[in-house]
Amino acid sequence: MIEFRGVTKRFPDGTVAVDGLDLTVEAGKVTVFVGPSGCGKTTSLRMINRMVAPTEGTVTVDGRDVMAGDPAELRRGIGYVIQQAGLFPHKTIRDNIATVPLLLGWNKRRARARADELMEVVGLAPEMAARYPAQLSGGQQQRVGVARALAADPPVLLMDEPFSAVDPVVRESLQEELLRLQGELGKTIVFVTHDIDEAVKLGDKVAVFRTGGVLAQYDEPGVLLDRPADGFVDGFVGRDRGYRKLGFLSDELPLTELPTVRVGDSAPEGWSLVADADGRPVGWVSGEGTVEQSAVLPGGSLYEVGSGSLRSALDAALSSPSGRGVAVDGDGRVAGALSADDVLRALAASRADEAA
Amino acid sequence: MVWDWIPRNLGMLGELLGEHVVLALVPVLIGLVLAVPIGWAAAGNRALRTVLVPAASVLYTIPSLALFIVLPAIIGTRILDPLNVVVALTIYTVALLVRSVADALGAVPSLVVAAATAMGYRPGRRFVSVELPLAVPVLIAGLRVAAVSNISLVSVGALIGVGGLGQLFTEGYQRNFPLEIVTGIVLILLLALVVDGMLVLIGRVSTPWTRAGANA
Repeated sequence: MIEFRGVTKRFPDGTVAVDGLDLTVEAGKVTVFVGPSGCGKTTSLRMINRMVAPTEGTVTVDGRDVMAGDPAELRRGIGYVIQQAGLFPHKTIRDNIATVPLLLGWNKRRARARADELMEVVGLAPEMAARYPAQLSGGQQQRVGVARALAADPPVLLMDEPFSAVDPVVRESLQEELLRLQGELGKTIVFVTHDIDEAVKLGDKVAVFRTGGVLAQYDEPGVLLDRPADGFVDGFVGRDRGYRKLGFLSDELPLTELPTVRVGDSAPEGWSLVADADGRPVGWVSGEGTVEQSAVLPGGSLYEVGSGSLRSALDAALSSPSGRGVAVDGDGRVAGALSADDVLRALAASRADEAA
Repeated sequence: MVWDWIPRNLGMLGELLGEHVVLALVPVLIGLVLAVPIGWAAAGNRALRTVLVPAASVLYTIPSLALFIVLPAIIGTRILDPLNVVVALTIYTVALLVRSVADALGAVPSLVVAAATAMGYRPGRRFVSVELPLAVPVLIAGLRVAAVSNISLVSVGALIGVGGLGQLFTEGYQRNFPLEIVTGIVLILLLALVVDGMLVLIGRVSTPWTRAGANA
């Protein structure tokens, strides 16, 4: 558990980066600090491993004031993932990952074995061990950064805009990977970002900071989207917050039956879903007659029954050429269809539940 | 036969070459050892940098002959002591390398230094295992200039009687014997090329990461 008690950071030039911060980061959870630039989120993060010293107040990790004792010892016990990975360009991937174990005095062989183990954990191919960071893509470098932070198995992980320098597709896969890892490891993670989507996706709790280093709201993401504390938070979470909130609601949606055709079959009038031999969706065709491979239109996003949210269900319906969203089971086979109206009805039902 | 002079004097030429190497390269080593902490101080502190780097550059503008002659009065050596040349060239090396070291350390990405600190490196170990290795390419460039410059400056020492291969110039001039002068020039050139090549090689071997191209 990490606690900020009355923490203020004033820089020598008089700027107040963090102003009277009181906040408790729960152990084993992902806490996201989010806000515009100059809101003190990164400064707050860096006070946890004493990269920045508070001007007033105390920061404690598991009850111990971080300002007491040796800063290097403290930092070796706290994983840190920096923006753009911050890897050591002159060290191989394996040696980058082994950094903290070696600082802790492990012997080389054990540290390297640990590095190889972590490469597997974060999904890096073993042949990358002997390469240098410049030989890796941005996304791979970021994985190395995460592996390096995890190397000595620290209970606390600090992540400072770790995915901001990679493209959106890679970012999304890194986010998924982090959630998967966290499911296995249960670390206390403090994650800094300026991206509200990333914040609500990753955070068990989200702290919204406003310019001048003041904590504006600290809540679970669903609550944040549903009941912003004030106009600033409302403006920051953005116009799409109603739509984002769908991501935190899941419900049993009534599926309608969705017959499928295969390439070469004869399709009935209107839209038909084309599936492969295993029953997995391929795309849509419109109109009567024999289904030609060339006539198949790509389908929309898929809604996975059980694990999907109302947001992914609505997106499946809206992105489908036929207007019917395709629901699939855990193996990716077509389970049925849903419409945007179904989603909206489920939303109304969940509102009614909440009110009751 | 004039060309005979070279084979007949091989022993003397070898001796002068050895003396030249020692007079030129010992100052490079001492200068490097002195310049690293000075450059490190300059890189870490803006105020110090604005004093140290220009001061070092000014040292380099002192004419070498003047320095060879003035030094004995300052450090109490005899005028013909080879130490005068070693001290003078060490001063030049420091003058050249302080800027190189300061620039090289200043060019280490601050993100990498911050990451090293956050991993739990203490400043001393961080310097040795992160900052200094990353400074090597720029440092080698500075060392090449200093080494070649020293190899050429040693010959000026011949005017005060301590000059390695430079003595071939003074002697050849006095005896009006051009072959001796040309031999001196060729040997100094070859020495400079060999030393420069060795430094390039050292640089390559110690920085395999600089040749690791993007996305192999």
